[in-house]
Amino acid sequence: MKVKLKIYRFNLETDREPHYDIFYVEANPNERILDCLNKIRWEQDSSLTYRMSCAHGICGSDAVTINGMPALACQKLVKDYDNTEELLIEPLKYFPVIKDLNVDMEPFFKRIKAINPNTPEKPPNASTAKERLQSIEERSRIDDAVKCILCGCCIAACPVILEQEPEFIGPAAILRAQKYICDSRATDTVQRMQIMEKPYGIWGCKSYYMCTMVCPKSIKVTEAILKTKKKIIQDLHPKNQ
Amino acid sequence: MIHEYDVVIVGGGIAGLYTALTAVEQCRVAVVSKVHVTRSHSVAAQGGIAASLGNEEEDHWEWHMYDTVKGSDYLADQDATEILSEEAPNAIISLEHMGVPFSRNAQGKIEQRRFGGHTRNYGEAPIKRACYVSDRTGRAIMDTLYDRCLAKGVDMYDEVFVLQLLFSNTHCCGVAGYDIATCTPQVFHAKAIVLATGGCGKIYKTTSNGFASTGDGFALTLDSLIPLEDMEFVQFHPTGIYGLGILISEAARAEGGVLRNGVGERFMERYAPTLKDLAPRDIISRAILTEIKEGRGVESKDYVHLDLREIGKEQLTQKLPEISSFIKTYLGIDPSETPIPVAPTCHYMMGGIPTDSEGRVLINKGDTFLPGLFAVGECACVSVHGANRLGCNSLIDLVVFGYRTGVNAAKHAKGKDLPQLPQQAESIVSSKINHLIDSAGNERAPVLREAMQNLMTEKCSVFRNRDGLEQALEGIRQLEKRYLNVCLANKSRIFNYELQEALELGNMLKTAQAIVFSALQRKESRGAHYRSDYLERNDEEWLKHTLVYTAPEGLKTSYKPVSINRFAPEKRRY
Repeated sequence: MKVKLKIYRFNLETDREPHYDIFYVEANPNERILDCLNKIRWEQDSSLTYRMSCAHGICGSDAVTINGMPALACQKLVKDYDNTEELLIEPLKYFPVIKDLNVDMEPFFKRIKAINPNTPEKPPNASTAKERLQSIEERSRIDDAVKCILCGCCIAACPVILEQEPEFIGPAAILRAQKYICDSRATDTVQRMQIMEKPYGIWGCKSYYMCTMVCPKSIKVTEAILKTKKKIIQDLHPKNQ
Repeated sequence: MIHEYDVVIVGGGIAGLYTALTAVEQCRVAVVSKVHVTRSHSVAAQGGIAASLGNEEEDHWEWHMYDTVKGSDYLADQDATEILSEEAPNAIISLEHMGVPFSRNAQGKIEQRRFGGHTRNYGEAPIKRACYVSDRTGRAIMDTLYDRCLAKGVDMYDEVFVLQLLFSNTHCCGVAGYDIATCTPQVFHAKAIVLATGGCGKIYKTTSNGFASTGDGFALTLDSLIPLEDMEFVQFHPTGIYGLGILISEAARAEGGVLRNGVGERFMERYAPTLKDLAPRDIISRAILTEIKEGRGVESKDYVHLDLREIGKEQLTQKLPEISSFIKTYLGIDPSETPIPVAPTCHYMMGGIPTDSEGRVLINKGDTFLPGLFAVGECACVSVHGANRLGCNSLIDLVVFGYRTGVNAAKHAKGKDLPQLPQQAESIVSSKINHLIDSAGNERAPVLREAMQNLMTEKCSVFRNRDGLEQALEGIRQLEKRYLNVCLANKSRIFNYELQEALELGNMLKTAQAIVFSALQRKESRGAHYRSDYLERNDEEWLKHTLVYTAPEGLKTSYKPVSINRFAPEKRRY
């Protein structure tokens, strides 16, 4: 079938304003939106710019905005959309656009780095040559957080970041902190919880659930944030309970 | 821009990051990666990482070693395989100590499951040896290593594409590349260079590999007249999603999935009566294609079924959540109700840059070190995988030899001055870029790439013969000629992916030629290299490693012996 794509174009070198180009590609309903972008780059306009790597939703490279919603271009198929209408492909919101769909991801990784304590946890002495025990139940507390692929969709959908407080640390970083805070093996839990309480930290979350809605890995992000808030209150502010 | 470090690592997958983490204890380390480090293809590793921990049942590293050697069709170097198997349990413990969130068993220990070719007591029956993080093992290890690298102060240079190794006399003293975002040359001047550039699945039409797996490290070494070892051994994973090539881990069969042909028969029982669906990959891939060739593909088409219905919905959600989810996304089916169409997909390079067990790159006849240059991971050939790698042995290879390479690269760098940098380092890169941007040729890279992928898939994949390989070699040479006329429509210097893909195509053509040339010379069938004109393994003439290298008149091969210290070659039965 013929698919019509309307794609955001911008080149930092030459353009003052972005514009949109229309492309038509032949694609079958089971093809990925990424396949459509590749057909354009390889057959029609080699300057069309977007990132990609694994092409099956595990590396997190190709997050873009499709019809207004953040998503992975390799995880959405042509048939997921109404093809009587044009498909609108834009870069992720919030991040500075460098060229077409390529944004500067630094504001994302800055947040991921911010959750790590200055003095890293010392791994146990390897000469003990035994793993630390962890029950299935203890391990399950971080099941959801280990699914994160660092794609940035949640940040680009977060109403707090988009409309209220652009410096808010955002869902992905809190989720990553939760992975450590709720890991029964961790010894730097308090430090990480204190980082979460810094200005623009976890209390900025207003539970809009947009992160949960757009997460390509179906992670219950908001729930993880709420659990982390609860643990911070229990462990750091027991008197307030 | 010139950056100075003690150790520079090219590639930010698990091998690169583990090497970095080890070396940074001793010296200043940078990781240079073509993609953002967290996008490296190690994240796609699903099923597990092998070690004889014995958490589920009795196990011994000697059993692991035997399986690895037998799986390799006796081409693996046994001194290196011994190191791999013996050090594997401690490597897992160190990963656990760093924080890798392994799945746990009822005792709270790291849970282990079965995997292809891993057996109890020298081949008796499948054994539970694969440690894992559900079916996201690679992603989870990468995430842990990435945070550790940040904490330890490893510098990361993301989206920098390395085009050239730099030498000072006989020493490797750096790499030169460019920043993909701006096209500006970036030179990394260092005392030790580690190549951890991964594989080259993209030279085939159907592959489980990501877009970045374009054999860059292989091309860098060939360009520098360094040999490549055992390049004819290309692994085709039996269960790629039909058409797409996306990997469905062996873990699916370890948890109870079975392969069925068009008449619903569990055909692996005929090919491997003991291990059945958990036989090594080379054997299953050939079995699938044989079924298809003999008309027993599903609906007489070129695929078979992977049937996961026996596993049950609950176990699928627990043990194989990632796989269940993407099968639903891409095929629209629920694997607990409907069998999955699968066919072999190009997965892994057993061969690569020859190294010793400390990661040092070997030149000449494989008997001399090239000072300052190291290689590790899929791009390296130690060799622990020989002619066919077992599942889960790749990740453990990355960690065991990542550690050893990190220690030795740091040791090499310590107390030394930086070797002198060649003066033209930056201009080498500029001229490579300008040559393509200014080219007035009339060939388009995507067209040549597709021709290469079709040719390699038709003539040099699971089944090979002389005529096909000769046609492939001639075809690749034609494509290399046409490649000289590649031109770009996009002249931009900001994120010019047409430029990058053209450069990658050059690397893939060089790699493809090394594969085909090595395959043509090896007149026997061993592991993943199966010649329909030489059906048997021939230890008398071919129990040796191929070294392929660039000579003035084109590619040439020489050979080096295999280290055999424990298990004498015998017929491989499963």
